[in-house]
Amino acid sequence: MTNDVIRLLGRKDLFIQGDDAAVYGALIADCRFFAGYPITPATEVAEGMALWMPKLGGVYVQMEDEIASIAAVIGASCTGVKSMTATSGPGFSLMQECIGYACMAEIPCVIVNVQRGGPSTGQPTEAAQGDVMQAMWGTHGDHQIIALAPKSVQETLDLTIEAFNLSEDYRVPVILLLDAEIGHMREKVVLPEVVNVKVDERVPATIGPDKYRPYRTGFTRTSKVPEFAPFGSGYRTYVTGLTHDKRGFPVTTSADVHEELVRRLIEKVQDDMDVIWYHEDLFLDDAEIIVISYGTTSRPAVSAVKMARKSGIKVGHIRLITIWPFHYEKMKELLKNAHTIIVPEMNLGQMVHPIRETVGKDIKVISAPKIGGAIHTPYEILKCIEEE
Amino acid sequence: MKAGIRISGFGGQGIILSGVIVGKAAVFDGFNAVQTQSYGPEARGGSTRSEVVISDEEIDYPKVESASISIIMSQEAFFKYASRTKREGIIIYDPELIPDNKIEGDFKLAEINATRIASELGTKIVANIVMLGAFNEICNLISKDAMTESIKDSIPKMLDLNLNAFEAGKKNVKIINK
Amino acid sequence: MGFISNDIIIEKYLRKDMLPTIFCTGCGIGSVMNYALRAIHDLNIDMNETVFVSGIGCSSRVPGYIYSDGLHSLHGRAIAYATGVKLANPKLKVIVFTGDGDCGAIGGNHFLHAIRRNVDITVISINNFIYGMTGGQVAPTTPLNSKTTTTPYGNIEYPIDLSMMAKVIGAPYVARWTTAHPVQCISSIKKALQKTGFSFVEVLAPCPTSYGRLNKMGNTLDMTKHFKESTINIKLYEKMLADGKTTDKMVIGELVDIEKEDFNTKYNKFCGELK
Repeated sequence: MTNDVIRLLGRKDLFIQGDDAAVYGALIADCRFFAGYPITPATEVAEGMALWMPKLGGVYVQMEDEIASIAAVIGASCTGVKSMTATSGPGFSLMQECIGYACMAEIPCVIVNVQRGGPSTGQPTEAAQGDVMQAMWGTHGDHQIIALAPKSVQETLDLTIEAFNLSEDYRVPVILLLDAEIGHMREKVVLPEVVNVKVDERVPATIGPDKYRPYRTGFTRTSKVPEFAPFGSGYRTYVTGLTHDKRGFPVTTSADVHEELVRRLIEKVQDDMDVIWYHEDLFLDDAEIIVISYGTTSRPAVSAVKMARKSGIKVGHIRLITIWPFHYEKMKELLKNAHTIIVPEMNLGQMVHPIRETVGKDIKVISAPKIGGAIHTPYEILKCIEEE
Repeated sequence: MKAGIRISGFGGQGIILSGVIVGKAAVFDGFNAVQTQSYGPEARGGSTRSEVVISDEEIDYPKVESASISIIMSQEAFFKYASRTKREGIIIYDPELIPDNKIEGDFKLAEINATRIASELGTKIVANIVMLGAFNEICNLISKDAMTESIKDSIPKMLDLNLNAFEAGKKNVKIINK
Repeated sequence: MGFISNDIIIEKYLRKDMLPTIFCTGCGIGSVMNYALRAIHDLNIDMNETVFVSGIGCSSRVPGYIYSDGLHSLHGRAIAYATGVKLANPKLKVIVFTGDGDCGAIGGNHFLHAIRRNVDITVISINNFIYGMTGGQVAPTTPLNSKTTTTPYGNIEYPIDLSMMAKVIGAPYVARWTTAHPVQCISSIKKALQKTGFSFVEVLAPCPTSYGRLNKMGNTLDMTKHFKESTINIKLYEKMLADGKTTDKMVIGELVDIEKEDFNTKYNKFCGELK
């Protein structure tokens, strides 16, 4: 199928928007169900899916709101079809209850959030990174999602494929955090060679329907992820958002069942941190100052770090690609020789919190916030570096 | 090589499309390119800006601060962006849309009566393509082949009209030194 | 349709390790589940290709007891989840169990739009006029002046009529009965299951525990009597209308039965044209 898509998309070098790249990534990852609701600046994702899904035997449906969109996505995913929705701040807020459901019932799905200025309706056409904490903690209760933040249009395509892979591998919602800047930015994109595309599938049930227990674990490559039997396969699975036992049946007052389940939902992801956690670093060897950024902000950050290096400042850069879960151990290791950390973000300070938690009081951590829509200029970040 | 191009005007002039055509043409020529935009919520009439960064290296910061080339299609945009052009940079503008075009500074100025030429070709909608012809003629940045290929790819309808507009822009642009 | 004993229904269709049900004495939900399973049995529907979807509330517990694929979703969202299931795999028979609050209040918008879209699912709404799971609060269907724990002085809001809503928006099949009409219920659920497109069966069901007790109908008998008194069959109703008379009673019977192309058929048609 991937082959067909790459052929259908035609020329290999494209000049497309981030929103379009999310569409192409999804098509290549074999996403065949999209339900959404128009919202600036994510509407182009829906438009792209409306164009492509019918051509590929997939389904596009515009639902009545964002709650219905993610609900339909979860329903579709229960039948074994890779499914996605796309939205922005206000719609992302509406989706939170269903995201929790997908965590609890372990239904793979990908949510593209093209972030815009909030709170509330805020700045519909302007970029922001204000949903970082919400991506992790927007739904109630203890849980673990995965969130990825691309810095370019090319990476949006690549990470959309990866988002599907992680979602299928760990049976967890994966949130792709774009922003209005990348969503509407056009850039050169090279479609991957078919042989280089890795597309993962959910691990199917390895036991007959008579002995099948939907939430038993220990039989997939990641041992805490249950195997999956789609609706209609004769396995007769019961899926619920209530606390459930290995049979999938509600058991709502047992502390043991609840704790075992919720801990597993978190551990199945966190135990594999070294596989899930992607980052990039630059000039860390002798760096005394380290700039940490993610998404669009990484671009002026890298420019600033390169400029500062030219004037002899020992500064390095870490770019978080997987922003949730946060790899405390690895970050502690990477940051151990720094005396100052600068965290530019297009919000008033969100990712700076787990970073502060990582280094404690040993290292100075400076938040370099910017809101209003414009991305940081390299000079703004350079000024922060020079002041240290 | 690294160049920042800022195209500005008002909504409905095809400002963003012009940026897309330039960026795509740069990609066809083998460069890296990033195109970004800013516009008001209204589809027509608000002020619009499109920026393209072209480089033979990876592009970190995607925005244009001081433009190497400014292509300007409204008086308001001229007041706002003409001076945000680099020293020795090029400013290409439509003097009939921008009667007040006095500017101090070390710039190379190029005039093209894009809107009139477009009207003479049949529709002023293609004024932006006339501007791109002028841009291609004045700035030795992107090949003509890549530009026409990009126009074909971006506007499959009314191809002849657009290619004529492009040629007319190339032919009629005037470098002026004030 | 011959008589089938409850034992056969239980043996063939229920998850015995989930029993007993959570339903109170006198509750009508178990009866509606029974009617639905008898309809399924009569039609010989393959339970390996049937998905029961529900939201939250007493009636939404039904899929948990049925031995098939089941999706117990979130409050109000059953129809939206069901839409995803049906569109992603049109081969599946998708049946939604929902309550009056789940379907008419928090899920009202999904109800409306699934009808508009004409998704090929069957929605069985068990209307007990109350929020039973949370202990008896006012619902969008609660009659005027009724007492509930959140309308201790009587309900001042006009109730919604789910079946009439479904009819007005254009559902191709709509029927309403009470739990005291087993034969008619089974027959309508059978028709609904065979209808291509959105089919809706509303069943008025007693909740003596949360609704009846506060409204001087503390047992099933009282409630059944009340249903008989407060409903009118559509045939009688139409005759009344013809005679220039009217009534406040709730109309029961088969309210709509038309043919209308569903979402999947339309979608597949234009997909075919694209290829």
